[in-house]
Amino acid sequence: MSKLFSKENRKVFTEPLNFNNPIVVQVLGICSALAVTSQLEPAIVMGLSVTVITAFAGVIISLIRKTIPTRIRIIIQLVVVATLVTIVSMVLKAFAYDVSVQLSVYVGLIITNCILMGRLEAFSMMNGPWESFLDGVGNGLGYAWILVVVGAARELLGAGTLLGFQIVPEVAYEAGYVNNGMMTMPAMALILVGVVIWVQRAVCGDKEK
Amino acid sequence: MEHALSLFVRSIFVDNMIFAFFLGMCSYLAVSKNVKTSFGLGVAVTFVLLVTVPVDYLLQTKILAPGGIFGAVDLTYLSFILFIAVIAGIVQLVEMIVERFSPALYGALGIFLPLIAVNCAIMGASLFMQQRIQMDPATSSQAIGSIGDAFVYALGSGIGWILAIVGLAAINEKMAYTDVPRPLQGLGITFITVGLMAMAFMCFSGLNI
Repeated sequence: MSKLFSKENRKVFTEPLNFNNPIVVQVLGICSALAVTSQLEPAIVMGLSVTVITAFAGVIISLIRKTIPTRIRIIIQLVVVATLVTIVSMVLKAFAYDVSVQLSVYVGLIITNCILMGRLEAFSMMNGPWESFLDGVGNGLGYAWILVVVGAARELLGAGTLLGFQIVPEVAYEAGYVNNGMMTMPAMALILVGVVIWVQRAVCGDKEK
Repeated sequence: MEHALSLFVRSIFVDNMIFAFFLGMCSYLAVSKNVKTSFGLGVAVTFVLLVTVPVDYLLQTKILAPGGIFGAVDLTYLSFILFIAVIAGIVQLVEMIVERFSPALYGALGIFLPLIAVNCAIMGASLFMQQRIQMDPATSSQAIGSIGDAFVYALGSGIGWILAIVGLAAINEKMAYTDVPRPLQGLGITFITVGLMAMAFMCFSGLNI
């Protein structure tokens, strides 16, 4: 048991949460991060779906890594990921239909999410299943927390609600407070992510240089 | 004809792949350092779009959807796997054809071609096309009712993508001479720039011919 949670394995799990965050530092998986964050609920669902898929794709690829011919590995990785995404998409349609309608094509686009291909290529092809699982969960959650921060900020400022519950009190509206409709537009997502990157790099130091 | 023109203009300016749907951001951010390479990548993406979207259209209407060659069986749940397989296969094919017939173009595009398989703009265009088949061409200018429409949609999306990536690359070239705060340098400021460009493109929304 102690081996499963050794120091290296803990590091594999915690690094992507912050110092090696997939979105902010590795610049992977930006597309969906921006598109699904106009409200908090789809952002959470998307973050969880990606975490599940990165974790299990990592395990599967790592189990068969020794039998995959190098030349066609990309296609094999794509097929494994596409199968998992199909399963997740059907589960979402069955149990959370409204959210799956809101996420529309972006569930399918998890297939081409660069976090998956990037982690499979860089980590799972060289490491065992348990490490790959931790790496997948770590990267998925690192992705999810950025989505949740941006989603919460956009919903709070754009509609005055969180998960559909009214947060900004009526009194504020009576006193002349107005929701910033700009926040729900695609353009603000880009600017907000830019600001999140700015803050994260100012706090944790710049890894790019 | 009128519908095709309207679809074409809409997919360039209003439903711009990058500014409205954030598709293909990863490679967009990675290569938008100079105008020449980004134009090359843009052309390659457009080319692959022009082949994959009509092929996926035929696949969707003739095989997967009910009423195709399998009669009333609805096979749309297989679409993720089939679309990504078609895209990966066609990218491989395009790579071989370009290498055989135009070594100069191959040299210029070489590194980008294999990456296009995991570009979300390609997969995204196919998934949007799948949604838009269900719309009614008489009432919606976004509807795709025939293989010609699918072709026009692919061309428009590709041109919109080229416009966005070349524009950002040009701005980035000038950015080298500005004094940006250190943690904001690189990725952060690029995001904010794209956000401002997206805001400018918002003035096209509602455009109709």
